[in-house]
Amino acid sequence: MDANNGQEAEAVLRLTGITKRFGPLVANDAISLSLKRGEVVALLGENGAGKTTLMNILFGHYTADEGDIEVFGKTLPPGDPHAALAAGIGMVHQHFTLADQMTVLENIVLGTQPLWSFNLGKGAAREKIRRLAADYGLEVDPDRMITELSVGERQRVEILKALYREARILILDEPTAVLTPMETEALFATLAKLVAAGLSVIFISHKLGEVQSVSDRVVVLRGGKLAGERKTADATRRELAELMVGGQLPVNEIGPSSPRECLFELKGISTRSLGGAALRQVSMQLRGGEITGLAGISGNGQAALAALISGTLEPVEGEIIVHGEKVERWSPGAALERGLGRIPEDRHATGMIGDMSVAENVISEAYRSSRFSRFGFLDWKAAATFANDIIKAYDVKCPSPDARVRLLSGGNMQKLILGRALDGDPDIILASQPTRGLDVGAVAYVHARLIEARDRGAAVLLISEDLDEIQTLSDRILVIHRGQLSRPSLRGELSVMELGELMAGHGHDEGASHAA
Amino acid sequence: MRLEPRPASSVAASILWPAGAILATVVFSSLLVMIAGASPLTVFWLVLKGAAGSQFAALETLTRATPLIFTGLAVAVAFRAKLWNIGAEAQLYLGAVMTVVIGTGAVTLPSAGLIPLIMIAAMLTGALALLGPAVLKTKFGVDEVVTTLLLNFIVLLFVSMLLEGPLKDPTGLGWPQSKRVIADAQLPRLIKGKRLHFGFILAIISAIVVWVIMKKTTLGYEMRAVGHNAEAARFAGIPVNRVIVKTALLSGGLAALAGFSEVAGLKGNLTLDLSPGYGYTGIVVAMLAMLNPLGVIAAAIFVAGIFVGADAMSRSANVPSYIAEVMVATSLLTMVAAIMLMRYRVRWR
Repeated sequence: MDANNGQEAEAVLRLTGITKRFGPLVANDAISLSLKRGEVVALLGENGAGKTTLMNILFGHYTADEGDIEVFGKTLPPGDPHAALAAGIGMVHQHFTLADQMTVLENIVLGTQPLWSFNLGKGAAREKIRRLAADYGLEVDPDRMITELSVGERQRVEILKALYREARILILDEPTAVLTPMETEALFATLAKLVAAGLSVIFISHKLGEVQSVSDRVVVLRGGKLAGERKTADATRRELAELMVGGQLPVNEIGPSSPRECLFELKGISTRSLGGAALRQVSMQLRGGEITGLAGISGNGQAALAALISGTLEPVEGEIIVHGEKVERWSPGAALERGLGRIPEDRHATGMIGDMSVAENVISEAYRSSRFSRFGFLDWKAAATFANDIIKAYDVKCPSPDARVRLLSGGNMQKLILGRALDGDPDIILASQPTRGLDVGAVAYVHARLIEARDRGAAVLLISEDLDEIQTLSDRILVIHRGQLSRPSLRGELSVMELGELMAGHGHDEGASHAA
Repeated sequence: MRLEPRPASSVAASILWPAGAILATVVFSSLLVMIAGASPLTVFWLVLKGAAGSQFAALETLTRATPLIFTGLAVAVAFRAKLWNIGAEAQLYLGAVMTVVIGTGAVTLPSAGLIPLIMIAAMLTGALALLGPAVLKTKFGVDEVVTTLLLNFIVLLFVSMLLEGPLKDPTGLGWPQSKRVIADAQLPRLIKGKRLHFGFILAIISAIVVWVIMKKTTLGYEMRAVGHNAEAARFAGIPVNRVIVKTALLSGGLAALAGFSEVAGLKGNLTLDLSPGYGYTGIVVAMLAMLNPLGVIAAAIFVAGIFVGADAMSRSANVPSYIAEVMVATSLLTMVAAIMLMRYRVRWR
């Protein structure tokens, strides 16, 4: 996209020396940033780098401790979302802020006019929405209920909402996290039309590929500080990544796989729903020495599948076969007995007990073994030794085995979970969203451990909503859609677009799902 | 206003907040005392003297603390696993019923055999009383607050029926009371001629045993894990429902010991006024102790001291002894607030 429409464009937005502290934590440290007319600036950084805080300050959700915001040459009063809106700033949050039980039209006009004139303006509003939708490729029926819309459509409504209010500056917070590859392409096309029409866009992301394809300029944040600023055209991917991480990027080498026999099999499994889709007649095999990746859009049955394999969800029909033996009663205990290592999706809710210590947490799957207890009495010395072993082997940053887990960062918590799950070299490993919310270093670490497990012959199932992660690690890829699995494909066999098609439900057989 | 979790609570905070809670209680009760027309300093001095000012007062306080230690432990154990046992009162009475069923002559053994037998039988009865609500909770998701609370009334009526019927003392001049337990079933007095009995020692031992269970055993570990995060406990393979049932058995058994100790150690027989709400006060004791089994001993003595002291105070100053209940209730509320403020920071915005 061309930033300069002919000549040097004027700055529409200028942030100067923004500092925001939360107690001892400096979330934003003297950050300055400017945005020109018709420009897309990508705000790149890891989780916790301060991107969202900065945008929340810009939009008036937080008040900065220091610094100024100037929009179209005028200073923006701090801490006032209405002023931000009036100044022409529109924000599309990562988690949508739509009223589910209202129509698209109602959601868009909500708050723009007094309630008693609600019906009077409807015709004109509908006309305006249609025009905006047509101009920018944001097709969505104004009279449909939000509940009937897909995630991609909801995002379009959010963008329309901002445009309807005459936003000239659009902030998108991790907009592609919930989209299929096709929807992402469509979003990028919309952004191109928006900047062509003279709008400016701030695009928040931690995905390098996206940033490179959509932005004119990249601003990198690290640890609350401005780490660097580059013209997208002049920067290499590696350079951006290193700015983001602040050093050499760890690289995982993944060699060819040598698949062995099937260690874990599901045959015709159906379950009840766990929030998202329920599993319907799912069959799959996990072979030793192989990472099987499960791709899919959030809510298509990943949670049910992960819970099923973990043992916390019992199937309503179908068979679970572990090491060639059919399991009669399936439970977390049964899974552990048969040597499954399980990394749960939600570290805080399922993985760890925040109010208990590191030592107490790492023994939770094995406390009844003779290693940690005798005649019903726990051996706290053995527990502390085990905790120290994990702390050392997995490089966990924590003061002592007695520290409460609540105090650890997400990455360190995940390392503890890894240490617990991979203790005793399990040969069947379930990794459910194992890197969600982790920084690049921790992600590389988790990946390395999974590859290591594969190379020693374990069967690994990797469930992830991050298609990059699936494609990098998986020897075989399955796609889940509405609780059913696609046929497996080998590494590199399908393109991103083809996988996207499967994620959107094209090419799935109705009735039964296959994965042999 | 919103609450933010504090990263870690310091040692100073864990002393200062509870101290502040006690101070707030004193200030609030002082206001009430002044409304009643007395001088707070005099009243508090009289309460203190009445609770610990003499050998008689101190022994009376410990005697009153004995059942509260048992019920406090019962509640602490259950609440630790987030099993909301509000039914310690019922379990106490059932323990007392079993004590008179066995101890009034139905079984004759030397006391070294009879007393343990009665204790075990009483504990089993109390345990069974909480088994029902625990099973209803784990199998059908029935709220145990409701079932255990309502069981209190059912059990009290049941005891009333027993005292008018099968357990009625034929020589009791028609009063609804049971026969007295035989000498071999009685707990010895600790000091000749004083009311403090061996039940107090049993209560201390129980507190130590419960502390060991919670700290050192797999069962205690399971109970804490289930209480802090049942979902994570389940994921880790801890049999959550079985742990809840075990917790219920332990909790019910401890509460029943309160009834046993009151009958076998102090009263000698069962009447409908055996407990002035020890089961409910046990909740206060457990909360004041922040569910720590050893803390329960101190909390029970504190609460008992206020009641005993206030009784003595109301005889000499012209302030009703109800002030004791207000003080205990206030200390509970301020302590709960202090515990919350220890863990969370309040942000105004």
